[in-house]
Amino acid sequence: MIEVHELTKRYGGTLAVDGLSFQVPQGVVTGFLGPNGAGKSTTMRMMLDLDRPTSGRVTIDGKHYNQLSEPLKYIGALLEAKAVHPGRTAYNHLLWLAQSNRIPASRVDEVLGLVGLREVARRRSGGFSLGMGQRLGIAAAMLGDPQIMMFDEPVNGLDPEGILWIRNLMKSLAEEGRTVFVSSHLMSEMALTADHLVVIGQGSHGFVRIRTPQREALLDALADAGLIAVPTVDGGFEVMDGDPAAIGDLARDRGIALHELSPQRASLEEAFLQMTSDSVEYRTGSEQPAQPRKGN
Amino acid sequence: MASPGAVLVSEWTKIKTVRSTVVTLLVAFVVTVGLGAVICLVTNSQWNSMSDHDKLTFDPTSTSFSGIYLGQLALIVFAVLVVGNEYSSGMIRVTLAAVPQRASLLLAKTAVVLALVLPVALVTSFTTFFLGQALLGEHGTSMGDRNVLRAVLGMALYMTFIAVLSLGVGFMLRKPVLSLGLLMPFFFLISPILSAVPKVKTVARYFPDRAGTRMSQVVAGSDIPYGPVVAFFVCLAWAAACLIGGYLLFKRRDA
Repeated sequence: MIEVHELTKRYGGTLAVDGLSFQVPQGVVTGFLGPNGAGKSTTMRMMLDLDRPTSGRVTIDGKHYNQLSEPLKYIGALLEAKAVHPGRTAYNHLLWLAQSNRIPASRVDEVLGLVGLREVARRRSGGFSLGMGQRLGIAAAMLGDPQIMMFDEPVNGLDPEGILWIRNLMKSLAEEGRTVFVSSHLMSEMALTADHLVVIGQGSHGFVRIRTPQREALLDALADAGLIAVPTVDGGFEVMDGDPAAIGDLARDRGIALHELSPQRASLEEAFLQMTSDSVEYRTGSEQPAQPRKGN
Repeated sequence: MASPGAVLVSEWTKIKTVRSTVVTLLVAFVVTVGLGAVICLVTNSQWNSMSDHDKLTFDPTSTSFSGIYLGQLALIVFAVLVVGNEYSSGMIRVTLAAVPQRASLLLAKTAVVLALVLPVALVTSFTTFFLGQALLGEHGTSMGDRNVLRAVLGMALYMTFIAVLSLGVGFMLRKPVLSLGLLMPFFFLISPILSAVPKVKTVARYFPDRAGTRMSQVVAGSDIPYGPVVAFFVCLAWAAACLIGGYLLFKRRDA
């Protein structure tokens, strides 16, 4: 069980994480949902004692991270893909990591097999694709056979095959009784993988509802504009933090007909609940429970 | 607590599984020995055109060590990369998640650097000495002469101190570009220039490279007013200060 208590991180004048409290229960997949920049990665780094909190604390089974003897046997974490020396082989990267926590070298071969990197184990990781780098990071996280696993935005930048692999992996880890804590800014991703949810970020978010008969064309146009569209159950889309005027112009420029274009205000939880029947149990400490915003 | 032995083994694996280790240490050896040999050869051939004063104060030992002026840059790169590579790749976060005890990690890295650089430095300084003396011919000296062995060992110690100092700066500045951007001009340009400026040079003669020069001299130069033992402690103080400074920042900073 991980307990995060009143965690705050301030960088100069900006508050990256503000009084965040939550618990990660054992044996299920807990999703950590929030928009980009909400402080998800910062929180995860503080959980691993990499970043120093301004105030507050994190305990793992009642202990501070740096009190864990051989922490890789408690928690395995994937924070970013390709956090490896490009000139070192995949095998040697896992070997030094295993040695630091007195994990037998035979385990290195085992995890390389589990993530499907055995054939490229003796190759320098600098030549790895993003997907292979992600697999190497997951192998590193699994090295100590830990009961708790953390993943920061694991599906970012992966191809559909890689995304599917990660989703199945997280499910099977939880089925083995492990605790999985996974962050994402994508509600759809959380709806598919998480049993339990922690939401971070501002209480209320703008999104734009869109309906169109030309789904593919609109998805392409939105992707080109760097906007993320989430399909809804009724066949439309929702675009997080989108500007309706800009989306309308974009559709006109591409000759796409829109049947609905409506700005919405709702909390991330409400938006999430529209997509899934799972309950949202925890939220950040400082914000008021979300209310539909009046005016503007 | 992670076991200190395990951290040491792990750091040893890290350092021996990247190509930059062999390349930088080999370059340090080749450049120091090679440039030293060229300068000895030139000195020998120009002997007759040297002034009487130069002939009287000629130090064959420190002349054979002239190559360190360039060779030390490779040692700086080696030590800076030991920590800087982890910051530039983001691997430092993987390392600290595995070994959250930052003091243990810094000590293990220091031990591994010492274990590699000290033997390389000894081989380099003895090789460059013997080759240099052979090329100086009749103007050379021999290991049996007074203070010569001390100067040769002094050279090896200086090279080791430079590596530890650079490791400390690497921990302070993190990004290799910053560390190298500070250390390379300092040893290659700034220190030699400041040592020639009046008034400033009274401070500059306590810079690590000046103290290192003094450690590896047999004939004392006129510009350094202290002996080789003091020079040893000056170098030690620089290396220790950089390492402690590196630790203090490393301990409290976000990774």
